[in-house]
Amino acid sequence: MSESGEPVTASNRLTFDGEWRGVSPKYVGVELVSSAIGALVLCGITVPFILLGAWFGWAALAAAAVVGGLVLAFAPRRVRSIGYRLRDDDLEFRRGIMFHRVVSVPYGRMQLIDINRGPVARALGLAELKFVTAAAATGVSIPGLVEADANRLRDELVSLAESRRVGL
Amino acid sequence: MNDLTDGEWHRLHPATPLLRGGIILIAVLGFVLSNFRERLVEWVFGAPDLPGDPLQTAYERGQIGWAAVIVAAVLILGIVIFYASWRMHTFRVGDDVVEVRSGILFRTHRRARLDRVQGVAISRPLFARIFGAAKLDVSVAGQDAKVQLSYLGSAEADRLRRDVLQLASGARAQPQEEAAASAPVPVSPAVTGAESGVVNQRMREFLAPELDPDAAPPESVVRIPPVRLILSLVLSGFTVALIVVAVFVLTTSLLGRREFFFILIIPGLAAAFGYYFNRFTKSLRYSIAATPDGVRVGFGLLSTSNDTLPPGRIHAIEVSQPLLWRPVGWWMIRINRAGAAGESNAQTSTTMLPVGTVDDVRKVLGLLLPGLAGEQTRELVLDGLVGRSGRVESAFTDAPRRAWPLRPFSWRRTGYARSGDAVLVRSGFLWRHLSVVPLARVQSVRITQGPVRRRLDLVELTLQTVSGPVRASVGVADRAQGTAAFEEWSAGAVRAAAADRSHRWAEGER
Repeated sequence: MSESGEPVTASNRLTFDGEWRGVSPKYVGVELVSSAIGALVLCGITVPFILLGAWFGWAALAAAAVVGGLVLAFAPRRVRSIGYRLRDDDLEFRRGIMFHRVVSVPYGRMQLIDINRGPVARALGLAELKFVTAAAATGVSIPGLVEADANRLRDELVSLAESRRVGL
Repeated sequence: MNDLTDGEWHRLHPATPLLRGGIILIAVLGFVLSNFRERLVEWVFGAPDLPGDPLQTAYERGQIGWAAVIVAAVLILGIVIFYASWRMHTFRVGDDVVEVRSGILFRTHRRARLDRVQGVAISRPLFARIFGAAKLDVSVAGQDAKVQLSYLGSAEADRLRRDVLQLASGARAQPQEEAAASAPVPVSPAVTGAESGVVNQRMREFLAPELDPDAAPPESVVRIPPVRLILSLVLSGFTVALIVVAVFVLTTSLLGRREFFFILIIPGLAAAFGYYFNRFTKSLRYSIAATPDGVRVGFGLLSTSNDTLPPGRIHAIEVSQPLLWRPVGWWMIRINRAGAAGESNAQTSTTMLPVGTVDDVRKVLGLLLPGLAGEQTRELVLDGLVGRSGRVESAFTDAPRRAWPLRPFSWRRTGYARSGDAVLVRSGFLWRHLSVVPLARVQSVRITQGPVRRRLDLVELTLQTVSGPVRASVGVADRAQGTAAFEEWSAGAVRAAAADRSHRWAEGER
């Protein structure tokens, strides 16, 4: 995973050195579909206003279209921002461009691992891996993994958690 | 009395059906009896009839017999069902698990591993106390995951709690006579089934102090004077809301809208009184003490309950100060614990200190997290409670001044420190908070940065624990320092969790 986005932002950016594993480039497809649906819904909200003849109707549609377009345009960049790495004792996960977050979860904290496949992701042969801990807020879910990779990663994480089992 | 932890199946207290709602049956029975008393008397003794009563007419036509039969059948069916459910409700405490079987048609069988016990609570509602019965809850982590034994004999419950905690601690059970000799339960040896003896024992149990003096060293006990409790309730946010509403009602009624006054004032006063009374009696006779098997919190005047948290079951601690308590310098302490979130009594099971002075806070913090007990952390805790940024010798890493757009006042208070295997996070300028999270209990560490924080070269740090009222989050921190803290905490969490042995806290000792 290249850090190609780095020079664009200021040096105040939260960064962590080292090698991050990215997700499959095909995941851009999933992001595009969901962004397109989101943009259509956003534009759809403005339609009643246009039909009712509100003065701001067309302006709202234009704004919605611009926002939707931006969301669509940034989809590849968003996908590139998703990364994870398996360190000695914990899993690190990062995501987001504007709102960047990095979460570190010790392997021993694993309660269970979910693998989910949405309709679009399944068509592209992708899966999402969710690492569930006792804290509801942890929210580490790695989307856009090739299914074989997701299964391998799950087995790896389970065996790592087994070897570092701790209490609650 | 036999030993309840011998691995055999046992039944609950014989009065259980009565205490669990059989009281309704008694009420129905009493109602029926009182209404038909004269009829029954007539029936039995054949007294002369007095005409003119509709019931009398029904009686004469022979319908009263059917009514009586139906009522009797329902009563008998109810008694049989309650008796059967009592017969079928059995429990067993083995070396590693506690199990409960219950249900007549739909059988349930629940097993809980003892080394996963998150707390053992004994509660004695007023009615059960009169019968000398108590409810024992063994809670394990998870939503609605607890093994409930209601009801047991009062002394039995105390003994079973001690045994469960001892088994959970990893220490093998002591020989029985030794355990019996050290039993802190005030059972008089003279109770040999004599009627007066039982009554005396009930009275003694009823009047006994909520916390048995032998169970904990007295210097570790923290209590709350009733006067302080009343004042703390008066100085609560509820009172402020009440005053605002009262002023509103008074002004509107003075402006001529009298109907508001009468519609609102009576139920409002009744509800407010009920709230105060409920809170007051719930927190009265409050005590928190260190026992060998963990921290014991007890409270209640009429209905008492106590809760024992074994070591290492506390996931996060928060010391906070409502604004109105600030002039008097009082604080409250709440915790996050697994297996208590989302329950109806979550409020009481997560409040460790309803109201206390700084000294009480330091004592309770020391009980909850022994690493904070020492004299050297005294300064640190005090700094976390009332300190501000800018002090030179402070152990806290403060937020930089440039964080003011995000935290106009509280940037001076926002900061974090590390003490052994615990992280202290302080925040709040008006509503002061200090959160303490033992790293051995941290589930994950998160660092985030949005556009505003990026512009200000700041980050936000969160220590994620099991859900509860406490949220340990550093809203603003310098980027470089915050990144270093993130690395340090996530490495520390792994190390502390690997070294943690508190789930079998007494294993090494025996």
